[in-house]
Amino acid sequence: MTDVRYTDQHEWVRVEGDVATIGITKYAAEKLGDVVFVELPEAGRKIGAGGEAAVVESVKAASDVYAPVSGEVTASNEAIVANPEKVNDDPEGDSWFFKLKLSDTGELAKLMTADDYAKFVQGL
Amino acid sequence: MPNPTDGLKRTPLYDLHVGLGARMVEFAGYAMPVQYPAGVLKEHLHTREKAGLFDVSHMGQAFLSGENPAKALEWLTPADVVGLKEGMQRYGLLLTGQGTIKDDFMFSRLLGEGALYLVVNAGTKDGDFAYIADKLNGKATLEPRPDRALLALQGPAAAAVLERHSHGIDSLTFMKVVRCMVAGAPAIVSRSGYTGEDGFVISVEAIHAERVARALLREPEVMPIGLGARDSLRLEAGLCLYGHDIDETTDPVEANLVWSIAKRRKIDKDFLAAEAIMDKVFNGTARKRVGIRADGRQPAREGAEIADKSGTIIGKVTSGGFGPTLNAPVAMGYVDIAHATDKTEIDLIVRGKPLPARVTAMPFVPHRYRRAI
Repeated sequence: MTDVRYTDQHEWVRVEGDVATIGITKYAAEKLGDVVFVELPEAGRKIGAGGEAAVVESVKAASDVYAPVSGEVTASNEAIVANPEKVNDDPEGDSWFFKLKLSDTGELAKLMTADDYAKFVQGL
Repeated sequence: MPNPTDGLKRTPLYDLHVGLGARMVEFAGYAMPVQYPAGVLKEHLHTREKAGLFDVSHMGQAFLSGENPAKALEWLTPADVVGLKEGMQRYGLLLTGQGTIKDDFMFSRLLGEGALYLVVNAGTKDGDFAYIADKLNGKATLEPRPDRALLALQGPAAAAVLERHSHGIDSLTFMKVVRCMVAGAPAIVSRSGYTGEDGFVISVEAIHAERVARALLREPEVMPIGLGARDSLRLEAGLCLYGHDIDETTDPVEANLVWSIAKRRKIDKDFLAAEAIMDKVFNGTARKRVGIRADGRQPAREGAEIADKSGTIIGKVTSGGFGPTLNAPVAMGYVDIAHATDKTEIDLIVRGKPLPARVTAMPFVPHRYRRAI
């Protein structure tokens, strides 16, 4: 089964086996507005949980994307680098940012469930 | 959910903005729409393609009257006020006693009226009005008009749209101003704006503002435009934003606004800090405001440092973002005079990394004003 978890920085992480796919939430994409630039980490880079991993810039603002969990980057989504506006179209699906090979699956338990995140966003 | 704009001042169009689904933010003490559901990108492009309606009611409007208000005002601005013909508007800088920029503003002489009509920036209006009233005490009387709203209709379709609600308005050319009726409301209309496009700025009494705005929004070409797109439009047009590109630490010469100092005024030197400013006109300044375009798509924002190719910091970005019409990042900022020449290769420091860029002539997007032939 796949489990999707969320951070208070509005990243989502979907885990399949020991690989985590990471992106920004629909809420984050809407708040940012039209995305015009994305910078993604290169494969092979090791990132600790909470570390700066990617940059997303909209017409209005720049924002960091953090690694929700620790691991080594295995892939990044070149499609959103070439066409940053795709981030607004499908932030929680096709427009994922990067994939990590997890170094500690136990970190996932610290992240929010979909219900927790929905409540968190409502309170903002 | 707490409303982040509770307790702020509101323009007469507040309810309209909220009803249109605008995201409201604080700007200059007002609750203002930063964007509508269409979003900044679409609003920007729509204004360049058709027409956009902007609420600029937060800006300061006033009349300056007296025996010779133009002559009086010339003490505070190096623009040619006395020589302004009836029915014309002009851009001017309001000076501090040190010869720096207290504000930039528009002034008009309406047909058959002795008073001048002024429009100043929202964030500076209270200070400007107190300053003008104080400095011109006994020579002219300033009457702020917070009872008036201000709308801007901008874009290539603006003239055709406004013509439907104000017959004959299309005969006005750039920087002309007239009193007329708009959608049944008495208005002061100038053919001007701050997007680089053809368009109009429409002043009406606050009580008529919503009706006029709704009449214009009903036209198929017109979309409401928020502050987000207002900023990207004016940046592409190379126009200064007060408090960012110009302020009380910048002077008219380094800001590259010498064109707003009239020839007669340069000779007569009869304005605040004229000697200091004229010294800069003749001898130059240490730095200059320039346009900047970078390679790639990453925008450099306000505050980003500017370096020469050897890594020495030579200036700072004062406005920066993504230009939707250019589909590329654009910026303006101050650089030392040795690097202010068009096409000079520089770096913008974004997140600690140098982003290759070059000094670029402004406007980035050509102005499309409807000038008199």
